[in-house]
Amino acid sequence: MAATDVLRLDHVTMRFGGLVAVSDCNLALTRGELVGLIGPNGAGKTTVFNVITGVYRPTQGHVFFEGRDITGMRPDLVCALGIARTFQNIRLMKSLSVVDNVLIGHRCHLRSSLAAAVLRLPGYVREENLLYEESLRLLDDLGLLRYKDAPAGSLPYGEQRRVEIARALATRPRLLLLDEPAAGMNPNESQALVRFIRDVLARFDLTILLIEHDMSVIMEVCDRIMVLDHGETIAEGTSAEIQANPRVIEAYLGVGYKHAGNY
Amino acid sequence: MVGDVEHAFSYRDPSVVARRARLKLACNLVSLALAAALIHWLQRNLGDYPLRILNLAAINVILAVSLNLIYGFTGMFSLGHAGFMAMGAYVAALLTLPQATKDVIFLMAPLAWPFNVLSAPPLVAVIAGGLVAGVAAFLIGLPVLRLRGDYLGIATLGFAEIIRVVANNIPSVTNGALGLKGIPGFANNLWWTWGWAAFTVWFISRLVSSAHGKAFLAIREDEVAAEIMGVRVTYHKTVSFVTGAVFAGIGGALLGSLTSTIDPKTFGFMLTFNILIIVVAGGLGSITGSIVTALLYTVLLEALRPIEAGWRLGPLVVPEIPGLRMVVFSLVLLVIILFYQRGLFGGREFSWDWLVNRLERRARATTRGETPSALRARQPEPYRPSTRADTRDKSMSHGMGQAASGQGGTNDDRDALTDEAGRDASGQQSKLT
Repeated sequence: MAATDVLRLDHVTMRFGGLVAVSDCNLALTRGELVGLIGPNGAGKTTVFNVITGVYRPTQGHVFFEGRDITGMRPDLVCALGIARTFQNIRLMKSLSVVDNVLIGHRCHLRSSLAAAVLRLPGYVREENLLYEESLRLLDDLGLLRYKDAPAGSLPYGEQRRVEIARALATRPRLLLLDEPAAGMNPNESQALVRFIRDVLARFDLTILLIEHDMSVIMEVCDRIMVLDHGETIAEGTSAEIQANPRVIEAYLGVGYKHAGNY
Repeated sequence: MVGDVEHAFSYRDPSVVARRARLKLACNLVSLALAAALIHWLQRNLGDYPLRILNLAAINVILAVSLNLIYGFTGMFSLGHAGFMAMGAYVAALLTLPQATKDVIFLMAPLAWPFNVLSAPPLVAVIAGGLVAGVAAFLIGLPVLRLRGDYLGIATLGFAEIIRVVANNIPSVTNGALGLKGIPGFANNLWWTWGWAAFTVWFISRLVSSAHGKAFLAIREDEVAAEIMGVRVTYHKTVSFVTGAVFAGIGGALLGSLTSTIDPKTFGFMLTFNILIIVVAGGLGSITGSIVTALLYTVLLEALRPIEAGWRLGPLVVPEIPGLRMVVFSLVLLVIILFYQRGLFGGREFSWDWLVNRLERRARATTRGETPSALRARQPEPYRPSTRADTRDKSMSHGMGQAASGQGGTNDDRDALTDEAGRDASGQQSKLT
C-alpha cells in the first residue's frame, strides 16, 4: 500500500480467550481524511482504538503509522509518535484544573529532565512558560479559556468532551481518534460538536478516525464510513453507500432508517 | 472562523509573571529568615522535653511529606514506609556509632564487615541512610509497582515486615532484637531536624508543582489515560516511590539519632500507620496539610498526656487511666474525618498569591487613582462550577477569537494577564456603561 497512508491496519485480529473482539480488520487512512467507524455495541470499535494506541497488542496482524510498524508499542511512545485519542467514558483528570489537563498533554514535548524541573534551571523555566502559554492559547482557540482554573470534573458534560479533545490536541497529534464524542449530547450540542470537529480538522493538520452512534454526526462529517459487526468489517464507503447497504441496515441502522437530519 | 485569529500577544505578561515571582521569592526569604530566627531562639530557650517534641515533629514532617508524594500525589497506596525508615536508621546508626560503643553492644555476634571499620560524619551518614533506602525502593519497586491500590499496599506492607524480621535475625549487622544503643544524638538539634524538613518540603514541592511533575498527578487521577497522553508511567511511578523512600530513610536516620536507640520493634506497622494518619488527616496531595498535621499530631499527642494522670472537674473525679489520651486523640481524628472528608487541607496548598494579589492590586489602584474594589468590578467573571449558567451555547458559537480578552482573567493569574487584554476588556466595559 502507498506510503502516504497515515494509518494502516493490516489483518488485525484481537481475541480475548474465546471471544473474537476484532476479526481480520483492514483499514487505511489517508492524510486529512475524516473516517467514521460505526457498528452495534460490542462490535469491536473501541478495541480497534485500543489496538492502535498500544493498550492491547493484537493477536494477529500489524498496525502501521506513517509507514512505521507500531504494533504493540507502549502507549506513551505511540503518543509521542503523534497519535492521540479521547475516551468513550470521559477520562479527564477530574480533580485537576482544565489548564493542568491540557498541560499534561503538552508535557510529552518537554525535553528537560525532572532534575532540571526540581532545580528550576533557566532552560527548564523557559520551556515550562512556553508550554503554559501554548496551553492557554489552545484553550482560547477552542473557546475554553474561561474554564482554565476550574476543576475539569466540575464542567458541564459537553464541555468536558471538548476539554478532552483539547487535551488530545495538546500532544500535537497527526492522527486523532475520537471515541463517541457526541455520547450523551442533545441535538443542539451534537450539532455544535460537528462544527467543532470540522473546525479542528481545518485548523490542525490532522487525520481523524471517529467512532459515533449519532448518525447525524457521522453522516454529516465523515468522508468515509466503515461498519463493524461482531468484530468483522461488513461495509465501507461513503455515507450514501452505507445508508443503502442492506447488510448495514440489517445489522445496525435498522429497516426504515433514513438520514433526514431530524434524528 | 477561529483560525484567523492572530495571537500576537502572550496570555501572561512576562514582566508581570517575573514581578510576581520576585515578590513570592521575597516572601519566601522573609519567612525563612523569620523561621531561622525562631529556631535560633527556641534552640536556646526551650528545655530538653519541648525541644525533643519539636525535633520529633520535624521528623514526622519529613515522613509525612515523603509518604504524601507516594500516596497523595502519585496515588500509590504504599505501606512500606517503616521498612525504608528502618534501613535508613540502621545504616546511619552503624556509620555514626563510635568504635567503643560498637565493641560493647554487639554481644550476640561481632559486627560484620564493612560496618566494623566504616564510620562517617553525621551528614554523610544520614544521606547514606537515605540512599540505601532509595536503592531498596528501586529494587522492590521493579516487581511491586505493577500492582495497584490495595494490592500494592499489601505487597509493600509485606516488604516492611520482611525488613523488620530480617533486622531481628542478622545479629552481626543489626544486633538482633537487642537493637543499637548509644547512637550519637546529632539530630537532637532543631537546626538539623528542621533543616532536613525544609529541604524535604522544598524538594518535593518543586517536584510536584512543575509542569513535569504533573505526570505524578496524572497517574493518580487516571493511569491509563495518563499513559495514552504520553506519560511514562513506570518511570514516574519509580521516581516517586524512590524519592519518597529516600526521604523516609533520612527521616528514619534522624529518628534513630533522636531516640539514641533503635531495635526492630521500633519499625513495626504502627509507625507506618501513624504517618498514614497524618497524611490522610492533613489531606492527600497537600504538602501544607502534611506539615501542619504532623506538627499538630506530634504536639497534641504530648499535650494530651495530663489527662491520663487523673484529674478532677468539680465533683467529677477522673482516676488515672493509662491510654486515655489515645481515646481522646482517636475522637479528634474521627471528628476530622467526619467534617473534613478530604483531610484538613483537601489537596489545597498554602501560597503567597493572596498577599501578592493584595500588594499588586493596591499598587495598581494607587497608580490609576482607583479604589481596589472598583478595579475588581471591572475584571471579567471567571467560570464558577456552581453557577451552571447557559454559557454553553455562548462558547459553542465559535466567536471566541475576539473574546480572548473578555474570557481571560481568573483568580491569581488575573493580574498577570497582559495589559493589552486588560485594556480591551475595560474598554468594552466602559463603552457599555
